[in-house]
Amino acid sequence: MSAVKALLRKELRLELRTFEAIPAMTLFSIITFVVFHFALQQDTVEGSLASGVLWVTLLFASMLGTNRLFVADTEDGAMDGLLLAPIDRTALYVAKAIAFLTFLTALEIVAVPAFYLLLLGPAAGDAIPGLLAILALANLGIAAAGTLVAGLATQTRSRDLLVPLLGLPLLLPVIIAASKATAPLFAAGGAEALPGRWLAVLGLYDLVFGLLALAVFDFLLED
Amino acid sequence: MYGKGLRPLAIVTCVVLTGAFALAFFYAPMDADQGLMQKIFYVHVPMAIVSLLGFVLGAVFAIQHLRTGDRRHDLRSYVAIHLSLILGVGVLVTGSIWARAAWGHWFVWDEPTLVSFLIVFLLYCCYQPLRFAIEDPDRQARYASVFAITAGAFVPLNFLAVRLAQQYAHPRVLGSSDALPPKMRLAFLVSLLGMALLYTTLYRFEMTAKNTRLRVHSLKRRLGGDVVLGRSAAPR
Repeated sequence: MSAVKALLRKELRLELRTFEAIPAMTLFSIITFVVFHFALQQDTVEGSLASGVLWVTLLFASMLGTNRLFVADTEDGAMDGLLLAPIDRTALYVAKAIAFLTFLTALEIVAVPAFYLLLLGPAAGDAIPGLLAILALANLGIAAAGTLVAGLATQTRSRDLLVPLLGLPLLLPVIIAASKATAPLFAAGGAEALPGRWLAVLGLYDLVFGLLALAVFDFLLED
Repeated sequence: MYGKGLRPLAIVTCVVLTGAFALAFFYAPMDADQGLMQKIFYVHVPMAIVSLLGFVLGAVFAIQHLRTGDRRHDLRSYVAIHLSLILGVGVLVTGSIWARAAWGHWFVWDEPTLVSFLIVFLLYCCYQPLRFAIEDPDRQARYASVFAITAGAFVPLNFLAVRLAQQYAHPRVLGSSDALPPKMRLAFLVSLLGMALLYTTLYRFEMTAKNTRLRVHSLKRRLGGDVVLGRSAAPR
């Protein structure tokens, strides 16, 4: 536990000092909203279109973060030190996943209000508590699977190519569930009820991939 | 030495597959709605089932590889996934042809099984690029196994999510196999057996070829010659 805390502190301090991942992710998300405005040729979106725009943007922005997750460690040789340290390898995964979760939360603190300001139609309903629940569950899934993908791709020659190739199909269930759950919240005639079924799918995904990643992550670091 | 029993297996496969197609065409009744086009069902569905089982098999071998550290399990996992991918191309092609004939479109988004299969196929397409991108053979084997296990767990989860997403899918033209009339069901089961045998034969063939090549390499090395290994993502 203390190992996780120390590693997490290191991750967050690194991010606070370099400002590498979070600003890139947030900027990317805002630019993507602008791109969507011109590509869809619509001033406002609502319903399933709004939820699709939001989730595609968040997914691609999180891919950027996934790409950077292990880069500093492998490039500057910190990984060797971490592997030599007498700690459980799983602690490394947990710390990385929590750090990634923090990055995602920071991204959404900027991206979701920006989405409300820039694109969401005035007639579209909004239900903040429901949206927060969906975001929290989806973040857990993205962090669990994304950290595993980052670990898989980081030692390869074509890391930047492999992360989206592996990550996008793997995260499709999250996108299906999250966008299905968000669509009624953004419905044109005011927010409709939150479909609990999709929250259950998100929770199941988080559980399966969380446990799976804990089980297999050790093998990525055995050197 | 490696290919023992391969010839009888291949012959049995040919016989069963031919028998299955004969049953499908001459024994099973014509579908009332779709007529002759429905016969593609006897190729498409068994192929899809066998291909998905092959992915699961790859995950099982991968678990064994990580548990025992025996590289032969990695080779088995690789071959299983490789063959499933090849069958997967067949599934998508026959599925498109069937969809075009039955519904008028090459691809239909409200058919959950087809969509799930496409997603699974796209994920497994990354298996070989991932292997190619890692130089060290030991690490390559471990990473590939981790990928195979992750993707194996992803398959049922993905099917669940996609199926739930299409709750208003149009009525299934062909339900599950127990809803089939008995004659069609027999033809279907024989086709499934034939396809499974085909998979096994191809699997044994590739394993034999790989093992023989490894043996030749090691013999050559012992003779002191230079061995030029091809650039391949396959385990060595």
